Amino acid sequence: MIPEIGHYALVLALFVAILQSTVPMIGAARGDAAWMALGRTAALAQLGLVGTAFLALVYAYVVSDFTVLNVVQNSNSLKPLLYKLSGPWGNHEGSMVLWVAILALFGAAVAAFGGNLPPGLRARVLAVQAMIGVGFLLFILATSNPFVRVDPPPLDGNDLNPLLQDPGLAFHPPCLYLGYVGFSMAFSFAIAALIEGRVDPAWARWVRPWTLAAWACLTLGITMGSWWAYYTLGWGGWWFWDPVENASLMPWLAGTALLHSAIVVEKRDALKSWTILLAILAFSLSLMGTFLVRSGILTSVHAFAVDPARGIFILALLGVAIGGSLLLYALRAPALKLGGLFAPVSREGALVLNNLLLATATATVFVGTLYPLFLDVAGGGKVSVGPPFFNATFVPLMVPLVAAMVVGPLLAWKRADLGGALGRLAVAAVVTVIFALAALYYYGGGPVMAVIGVALAAWAILGAVAEFAERIRLFRVPLADSLRRAASLPRAAWGMTLAHAGIGIAIAGMTGSAMWMTERIVAAKPGQVIELAGYQIAFDGVEAAQGPNYAVQRGSFVIRRNGREIGTLHPEQRHYLVTGQDMTHAAIHTTGVSDIYIALGEQGADGTRTVRLYHHPLVPWLWLGGLVMVLGGAVSLTDRRFRIGAPERRRTVVSASAAAL
Amino acid sequence: MRRLVYLLPLVAFVVLVGWFVLGLQHDPHVLPSALIDKPVPEFSLPPLPGFDRGLASSDLKGKVQLVNVFASWCLPCRAEQPVLVRLAKDFGVAIQAINWKDKPSDAVIWLRQNGNPFQSVGSDPDNKVGIDWGVYGAPETYVIDAHGRIRYRHVGPLMPFDIEEKILPLIRQLQG
Repeated sequence: MIPEIGHYALVLALFVAILQSTVPMIGAARGDAAWMALGRTAALAQLGLVGTAFLALVYAYVVSDFTVLNVVQNSNSLKPLLYKLSGPWGNHEGSMVLWVAILALFGAAVAAFGGNLPPGLRARVLAVQAMIGVGFLLFILATSNPFVRVDPPPLDGNDLNPLLQDPGLAFHPPCLYLGYVGFSMAFSFAIAALIEGRVDPAWARWVRPWTLAAWACLTLGITMGSWWAYYTLGWGGWWFWDPVENASLMPWLAGTALLHSAIVVEKRDALKSWTILLAILAFSLSLMGTFLVRSGILTSVHAFAVDPARGIFILALLGVAIGGSLLLYALRAPALKLGGLFAPVSREGALVLNNLLLATATATVFVGTLYPLFLDVAGGGKVSVGPPFFNATFVPLMVPLVAAMVVGPLLAWKRADLGGALGRLAVAAVVTVIFALAALYYYGGGPVMAVIGVALAAWAILGAVAEFAERIRLFRVPLADSLRRAASLPRAAWGMTLAHAGIGIAIAGMTGSAMWMTERIVAAKPGQVIELAGYQIAFDGVEAAQGPNYAVQRGSFVIRRNGREIGTLHPEQRHYLVTGQDMTHAAIHTTGVSDIYIALGEQGADGTRTVRLYHHPLVPWLWLGGLVMVLGGAVSLTDRRFRIGAPERRRTVVSASAAAL
Repeated sequence: MRRLVYLLPLVAFVVLVGWFVLGLQHDPHVLPSALIDKPVPEFSLPPLPGFDRGLASSDLKGKVQLVNVFASWCLPCRAEQPVLVRLAKDFGVAIQAINWKDKPSDAVIWLRQNGNPFQSVGSDPDNKVGIDWGVYGAPETYVIDAHGRIRYRHVGPLMPFDIEEKILPLIRQLQG
C-alpha cells in the first residue's frame, strides 16, 4: 500500500509541476497577480507530494519490504538501521527521488521565504524550477520507477555493496545533491532574468545566497567523499580523478567562479552576461554530473546503471534543458546593458582573472573526463587519461589562482594600486618565503611541488589573515578598537577570510600527504613492535568477532611514543555474508596534525599477519580546510544583506560594506 | 558581430551533444568489434619485482583463460579481487593479469593484501600493452580461448552474478 502511495504522489507531483511551469509564467507575461501567485502554492504542494514519495521509499527500506524490487536489490533485513535509512540513495532509482525531493525543497524555499522578490521574477523562477522538475519526474516515472513490485517476493534482499555501507557515504550523496540541485536556483534566476531582459545588482543579491548555499553543500559533499575514499581504500589516497569525482568537481569550479562574478554584478553592475552564462553552466555541469555516469556514455566505478533507453532519455533531457537555456542566452544576452568599466588592475580585474582561471580549470577537467569518449567516437580507440593528465594541467592552473586569490581582496574597485596592495602583504610574503626555504632545507632539493605547495599554503593562510588584520587595522589602532571593528565587519567579509584560509589549510594537507607520507609493510607476529615515523606500534594479535551483517577479524595495535601510550587502534577485515565480499576497514589515529593509519592484511602461513602502516603528515588538514571553507560559506550566508525581510536596510549596508571592501 | 559571440556556448553544446549521440552507439562495456575473435596483440611484459613470471602473448595459448587488468590505485579492483580469488580457487579457472599504469612495488603490496589468484602477472606501468588491448580503465577482464583469441571483454569489476551468468558459461562453452 505505502509504495503505491509513493508512486501515486510522484504522478501527482508531475501534474502539479506541469501546472507550476506554465501558469505562473503566463501570469508573469500578462501581469496577472492571481496566475503568478499559483506558483507559490504549487511549489509548496510539490514539496508535500515529492516528500511523501521519498518518505514512502525510506519506509519501504526501514521495514525491509521485499515486495519492492528496489529494496530487494539494495537491502537486506540484517543491514544496520543507518544504512536502511540511507538505503534509498544508494542506488539509481532512489537517488533520483532524492534529487527531485531536494529540487522541490528549494522551490518551496523560494515560495516560502521569497517574500521580498518582485512577484514577476518569483513567478518566473518558480516556473523554471518546475520545468526542471517535470523533466526529472518524467524520467523517474518512465525509466526509473523505484516502486516497482516483485511477485513472489524473495525471503531476503541482496544487500548493499559493502563499499557503500559506511557512515561517510550515508551522508555524502545528500550533501552532493544539495549542492547540485542548489545550483538549479542560480539557473532558474538566470533564465528568469533572461526572460525579463534585466540583470541588476538587486538580482545578483537575490542569487548570491542560493549560490552560496549550494556551493557550501557541494564543498561539504566533496570533502566527505574524499574522506570516505581515504579511509576505505586502505592506503590513504583521497582523490583519483575518477569521472564521478570530476563530475562533482566541475560544478564546484564553475560555482566558485559564479560566486565571485556575482559579486561584480552586485557591487559594480558589470560582467552581467558572463555571470548569467556561468549560472547556466554551473547547473548544466551539475546535470551532466548527475547523468553522465548513469547514461552509459562513460564507464565509472560509481556508475549505477547502464541502460541505453535511459541514456537516450537523459540525453534528450540534457539537450532540452541545456540547449534551450543556451539558445535563450544567445537570443537575449546581447540585449543586456553593458556595465561599468574598470582598469585591468582592480578588484573587478582580479575577479575576472579568478573567473578565467576557474573556467579554464573547469574546461580542463571536462576535456580530461570526456576525452576518452571523443577519441572512441572518432575511431581513435579506447584510452584512459588518468591522473598524470590532470596533474600536468590542473595543478599549474591552481598555482596562479591561489597566488592571486590573496592579492585580489586588497585591491580597490575600478582602479587599484597593485604596489600598495603587495606592500600590505609584505609581512605575509616574508613569512611565506621563510616557510618555503624551510621546506627546501628540510627536503633538500626534492620535488619542486613540495616547496610550491608549502609556499602556496602559507601564502593563502597568511594572506587571508593579513587581509583581515588590514580591515580591522590591527596594531595600528588600540586592540579594543580593532576588536570592535572585527565585530562590526560584514559577515560576508568574515566568510571570505575563512573560505580563503580554508583553501590554504586544504593545500597544506594535500602537500603533506603527497610529499611526506611514510609507509611500512610488515609481516607481523603478535607481540611484535613496529617502528613508524617516531612511533612504536605494538601488534597485540587478531581476534574474530561478529558484526550485524558481516564476520570480522579485528586486529589490536597499541601506539606509543617514547614509552607513553597514545592510543589503541582496531583495523578490521570484514567478510560480508550476503554479497560474499571482503572489505578492509582501516583504523586511523589522528593527532590533528598527522594520521597514523593501519590496515590489516592477509594471514600468513607462519602465523604472521601482513600489516600496512602509514604516517600521513598534515592529511587531517585536507578535510579541516574543506570544513573551514564550508564554515566560511555558512557565515557569509548570515550576512545581513542576504537576510530575508530586511530589504529596507539593504541600501545603507551595501554602501557601508562596499566602502569596507 | 557581438551577437555571434553569444551563440558560441550553444554551438559548442550542440557539437557536444552530437558526440554524445555517437557515443551512445558505443557500449562502453563492449570491446571494439575489431578485437573480438582476433588473436591477442603481440606483447611481452616483465614480471613484478620478486615474481619470476611476466606475461607474454605466447602464454595465452593452449587453454581457455582470463586476463584481468588491475591496478593498486583502483577501488573497484579491490571489490573484484575476492571474486577472482574464488574463481581461481573454487572453479579452477586460469587467470593471468596485466598490472596497468601502476607502480610495480605498489602492485606487489596490493596483491599480498588482497590475495593473488593470478598465475602470472605482467607489469605495464606505461600503458604500452594496455593501448594495444584497448584498455579503457581498470578493472577489465578478457576471456581468451585455447587458440589465443579474445572472445569476450568485461569492463568494470566482475561481480558474483557476472561470473555465474557470463564468464563461467562462456568458459564451459569454449572448453566444450
